[in-house]
Amino acid sequence: MDETIRAVLRDNARLPGDVDALRPDDDLYRAGLTSHASVNVMLALEDAFDFEFPDALLKKSTFESIAAIRSALESLDVDDPNLAGR
Amino acid sequence: MSAGGSLVGAALKGALLADGILVESGVPGLYQRSEVFESVVRGVESAARSAARYVGGFEPLRFLPPIMPRETFVKTGYLRSFPDLIGSVETFEGGDAEHAALLRTADAGGDWTQALSPSEVTLCSAACHSLYPHLAGTLGAGGRYLELQGFCFRHEPSPDPVRMQSFRMHELVHVGTPSSAVAHRDAWLERGLRTLRDLGLPVEPVVANDPFFGRAGRMLAANQRATELKYEIVCAVTSTEKPTAIASANYHEDHFGSPFGILAEDGSPAHSACFGFGLERVALALFAVHGLHPGGWPAEVRDRLRP
Repeated sequence: MDETIRAVLRDNARLPGDVDALRPDDDLYRAGLTSHASVNVMLALEDAFDFEFPDALLKKSTFESIAAIRSALESLDVDDPNLAGR
Repeated sequence: MSAGGSLVGAALKGALLADGILVESGVPGLYQRSEVFESVVRGVESAARSAARYVGGFEPLRFLPPIMPRETFVKTGYLRSFPDLIGSVETFEGGDAEHAALLRTADAGGDWTQALSPSEVTLCSAACHSLYPHLAGTLGAGGRYLELQGFCFRHEPSPDPVRMQSFRMHELVHVGTPSSAVAHRDAWLERGLRTLRDLGLPVEPVVANDPFFGRAGRMLAANQRATELKYEIVCAVTSTEKPTAIASANYHEDHFGSPFGILAEDGSPAHSACFGFGLERVALALFAVHGLHPGGWPAEVRDRLRP
């Protein structure tokens, strides 16, 4: 799941640094994630994992780290499409 | 209530209309204004200018037209966040034949605007938007401080007179570094509160968010509140339960610096902040709090509204 999240970040987060160098708990906003880019990340995650975030999760902290995104997806029982059928 | 008493609440609109201070146009949120109303608006402008003069360092006041270049408008990002509020100007570019067809459509009650095409201008959504292209390049030490005023358009038709479609903002803008922009926003929030309290208005600061559009907008709004980028100064005007924002203090980060190529002294994208007085809303708050007849307002309030 982390790898799919990283792929979404690479394409949408417009971070100045290398996404692969980020640890799961690193603060994405400190790494350069802007408010508008975080919206693109949110929409791209919905596309990649084929689900919709409930309104309660449409907030800054949901997207503050790779680990936070993973825990939000797990709390919604979202399946990683790249692992489907394995 | 006597003419000098408080009109805060739903009764304000009827009183303003009965006195001819505002005249309804037939379209919600669009009013003609009496000389009395306009004199109060100019008084609020005077109070805002006095506050800016007291601080010093602002470039000469610039008055902006109610329309702006389309290209500039697109660069502001307003289209992305507030598509439901915008206004774009369309004009007729056809010849005699197209004109005749347009009139036939109009006479038949049809949609004659189909014959129009987008012009090179849009309506201004915020006064400071017109400014940013003029600031491109590298700023000197300390950045720049600008004072400006202009008509704004927001398409949010409402029967509430505090929500006008066409209104003026008087803005104090700074472009510079992240720390100087935040300092400008915070200092003007305090100064704005003092200026409005000196006019006898019971105002309070609140953390606020812009009315961003759609699902993406819900997240932008939550982010804006979480990071406390925007403060509003609110006052009970037409409702005591839901006070009205009559001024706002905004830190934009590099939202304008980046797209408009405005650079801080060190070459990084400039950060900006603005403080805006909503001139009509402050005027309405004054009528609500002090009554319909400015001649009877407290002397210290009238003094501060004098040019």
